Amino acid sequence: MSASFLRGLRDGLPFLLVIVPFALLFGVVGTEAGLNIAQVMGFSILVVAGASQFAALQLMIENASTVMVLVTALVVNLRMAMYSAALVPHLGDAPLWQRACIAYFNVDQTYALSQARFEDDPGLALPRKVAYFFGTAAPVCPAWYAITYVGAILGGAIPPEYGLDFAVPITFLALIAPALKTLAHVLAALTSVALALVFAGLPSGLGLILAALAAMAVGARVELWQERRAA
Amino acid sequence: MSYSDAEIWLIIAALGIGTYLIRFSFLGLIGNRELPPWVLRHLRYTPVAVLPGMVAPLALWPQATGGETDPARLLAALATFAVGLWTKNVIAAVAGGIATLYAAQYLLG
Repeated sequence: MSASFLRGLRDGLPFLLVIVPFALLFGVVGTEAGLNIAQVMGFSILVVAGASQFAALQLMIENASTVMVLVTALVVNLRMAMYSAALVPHLGDAPLWQRACIAYFNVDQTYALSQARFEDDPGLALPRKVAYFFGTAAPVCPAWYAITYVGAILGGAIPPEYGLDFAVPITFLALIAPALKTLAHVLAALTSVALALVFAGLPSGLGLILAALAAMAVGARVELWQERRAA
Repeated sequence: MSYSDAEIWLIIAALGIGTYLIRFSFLGLIGNRELPPWVLRHLRYTPVAVLPGMVAPLALWPQATGGETDPARLLAALATFAVGLWTKNVIAAVAGGIATLYAAQYLLG
């Protein structure tokens, strides 16, 4: 195993502190909501994206239409197109099969670590960059699958009076607060809240999509204003 | 939840494929082309555009109480958010929210 791979692995380990509780929660909440273990695992292995898995689950609990579940969860994942583009200058020359594997493991944590490492050391040779990337995935992704499974097994054993219906909203709120980095993020979030409440009467998911599109536009617009002001 | 097994697997498979294609997009297909700045500007806000809108109705009108505003859940939501803002730590925020939920449910009966 190469030094780059091991370094990635070491850098990825601290993320287990976040991955383990979230995977556990997804497994528990997924089975409580009525998914069987194979389906819960299907989400964690095929989608590998916590926030969108929780978003899909929440809309499924609300019995939203299949299309709404898919559109909402995919909008949550759109940011990963940005990750994909950002990795091209560093990993774009790797063989296609490697890029295909990198794409599968291109999650928040592996992206953030790799991008930071590659920018610190732009001269790093391509195979070492690839090894580093896979190193970061080595603790993060298997833990996501394995702990989801533990959660799914436990889920069946936890009685409903523990208020787990509220675990998903709490999870989302916990993710939102640290993401409010700039005024543009704050105003986008407020737009999303206000319009989602206004559109609450629309079919499940539709109001949310409209609110999200407007909120993205607000965030982009505020960012542009601030840039012009600063210029 | 009222989906057939086939519908659930359809959702899982389509979401898996769609998410994979998003991740593969530039690395695999589009290559070394820059994203236009206006696209980047919108993509940056996708998480904060979707998640708050999803939470707000759930916090105000929880399904567990049939849509009645529930003080315990509302307090838990506010506590989660406050701890998250204060510590910037996702796990601390979840722990604070769940502790507040149980404490409020116990105290408010």
